[in-house]
Amino acid sequence: MFEPVLTQNVQRADSEKIATYLAHGGYAATRQALTGLTPGELVEMVKQSGLRGRGGAGFPAGVKWGFMPKDPGTPKIVAVNADEGEPGTFKDRLIIECDPHQLLEGTIIASYAVGANQAYVYIRGEFYLGYQRLVQAIAEAYEHGYLGKNILDSGFDLDVSVQRGAGAYICGEETAMLESMEGKPGNPRLKPPYPAQTGLFGLPTLVQNVETLACIPHIVLRGAEWFASMGTEESKGPKIFSVSGHVNRPGNYELPLGTKLSEIIYEHAGGIRGGKQLKAVIPGGASTPVLTPEQVDIPMAFETLAKAGSALGTGAIVVMDESTCMVEAARRTAKFFAHESCGRCTPCRIGSMRLYEALERLERGAGLQDDIERALYLSDNIDARTFCPMGAALVNPARSTIQKFRPEFEHHLEHRECLVRLH
Amino acid sequence: MLSEPDVQVSNPRSRALLLSALYSAQEQYGWLSPEAIQHVADQLELTPGQVHSTASFYSMFKLQPGGQYLLQVCEGLSCYLLDGADTLVAQIQKHLGIAPGETTPDGKFSLQIVQCIAACDYAPAIRVNDDLHGHITPESLDELLAQLSAQEEGAEHV
Repeated sequence: MFEPVLTQNVQRADSEKIATYLAHGGYAATRQALTGLTPGELVEMVKQSGLRGRGGAGFPAGVKWGFMPKDPGTPKIVAVNADEGEPGTFKDRLIIECDPHQLLEGTIIASYAVGANQAYVYIRGEFYLGYQRLVQAIAEAYEHGYLGKNILDSGFDLDVSVQRGAGAYICGEETAMLESMEGKPGNPRLKPPYPAQTGLFGLPTLVQNVETLACIPHIVLRGAEWFASMGTEESKGPKIFSVSGHVNRPGNYELPLGTKLSEIIYEHAGGIRGGKQLKAVIPGGASTPVLTPEQVDIPMAFETLAKAGSALGTGAIVVMDESTCMVEAARRTAKFFAHESCGRCTPCRIGSMRLYEALERLERGAGLQDDIERALYLSDNIDARTFCPMGAALVNPARSTIQKFRPEFEHHLEHRECLVRLH
Repeated sequence: MLSEPDVQVSNPRSRALLLSALYSAQEQYGWLSPEAIQHVADQLELTPGQVHSTASFYSMFKLQPGGQYLLQVCEGLSCYLLDGADTLVAQIQKHLGIAPGETTPDGKFSLQIVQCIAACDYAPAIRVNDDLHGHITPESLDELLAQLSAQEEGAEHV
C-alpha cells in the first residue's frame, strides 16, 4: 500500500510552522545526515535511490551532485529552483506554501553533501504567499539551529536566503535562473560549462527543483532501497501529479511513478466532468506532446512516456474533454510560448511568433492554404536549433496536436469554422 | 542572512540585488518611473541602462503607472478549459470599461491578461495585486469587484 510522504504534512493545521513539522518527525533526517553520514555517503545514497529531477528534465540527482567539485577550498552554492511556471504545474507551490521546512531540510542535506555553505531559493515572483512562508520558515530554522553556524554541532555552516523572480517563464531554465539571480535579464547561458563547474557568480552551483529536494529527507530516513522499491525500471520513488482541466477533482496527487495515467484521471481526479468523453491529455505540462484517449493506460514514468513520443516533464496532467477545440488549445499554448521567448535565439524569437500567427489564423477561420504545413515546417526548424530547451518546448504542443488531431485543423481551414464548441 | 536585501547596500555582487531593489522601488514609487530607475541605479552603482534592461525583461515590473488594484486574469489552458480567461476578461471589461493594459480613469483598477499562474487546481483563477482568488464564477467576480470598489484608498488586501 502506497503511503504519501511528500504531501504527508500538507493537510495539517499550521503545516508551514516549524512546531508542526518537528512534532511529526521533522529535521530528524537533517540530524541523521549531518551527524551520521559523510557527504560522499549521501551522494552515493541519492545515486542508489534512483531519484531523477522533478523539474522536467529528469536528470539523475545523485549524478548531478557527483559533478560538483570536491575541492574544499572552492566556495560552492546550492540554488533551489522554485520558479514553477510550466503551464498546468502547481506541485512545488504546494510544498513551498504548505511544507516549506521539508524543502529546507532537503536543501540543508544537499548543501552538506556537495559542500555548499550558501543556498539560495529562487521563487517565482507570483508566489507571494509562498515567499512569505519561506522567509518565515528560514527564520524559524535559524532560531532552532538548523541553519547558521555549526549546525547541530556538525561543524557545517549554511546560510539560506530567498530571491523572488519577477514574471518570466524562461527563468525556470537553470542557467536563465542563474542570470536572473545575478540581476540580469533571464537569457539562458550556453552549456557547457554546466552550473556544477561555472554557476552563480562563476562558482560551482547545484541547481535542483523543489520537489526533488523534498524527496531527500525521506531517502535519508527510509533508505535508498525504500525509494527505489517504488516506480518502474528507470523512474523511482513518489511523484506529485498536478491534475487540472476537465476533471471532477483537480488537484495534486502523490503517487508512485509508474501509476497509470488512466488511474490518475479516473480514480484519483474523479473522472471527466459532466460524464463527458475524454479527448486529449497533456501528460507533463504544456511543453509535452499531447496524448489521445487510446494512450491513457500508459504508466506515468520517464521511459514509458518518452517511448510514446511524449515526456513526463513536471507530471502536470491537463485533461481535455470532447468539448475542447484542439486548434484553440494549440493556439493558446503557442501564444504562451511566443510571449515567453526570451528573444535570444532567432528560431525561438521569430519562429514562436510565426507559429502562433499560423495557429491563430487557423483558429479564427482565416487560415492560409499552407498554414498547417507552415506550422509543421516551423516546428521542425525551431526544434533543436536553440540554446536552451525552449525551442523543443514550444513546438511540442503545436506539432503533436496537429499530428494527432489533423482533421480538426483541416476543418478549420476548409470550412472556416470549428467542429466543436466549448461548453 | 535572510533579511530583504537592502537597497542601500553596495558590494561587488550589487547587481544581484537588482530584482529585490526594483521590487522595493516599485513599492515606494508605485511604478518604475525614470526617477525610480535612476535612484536604483545610483544605489547599486549601476547604469540606468543596466537597470532598465533588467526591469523591462520581467513582466512584474511596471514601467507604466497602474491602478491601485491590478487585476490579473489567467488565460492559461487550464483556466480556459473551465470557462475562465476570455469569459472573465469580457466580464471585467464590461464592468469597469477598460481593456487589458488599461486603467480606470479614477486610478482604481488596471486589467492585465497573464499566463498560467500555477493555480490550475483553483481554476479559473485571477490575482488581485499579490493575492490569489480561485474558482471564480461570474457571481463571485461581481462580488469581488464590488468589494474592491468599496475599499478605502490605501487598503491593498482583501
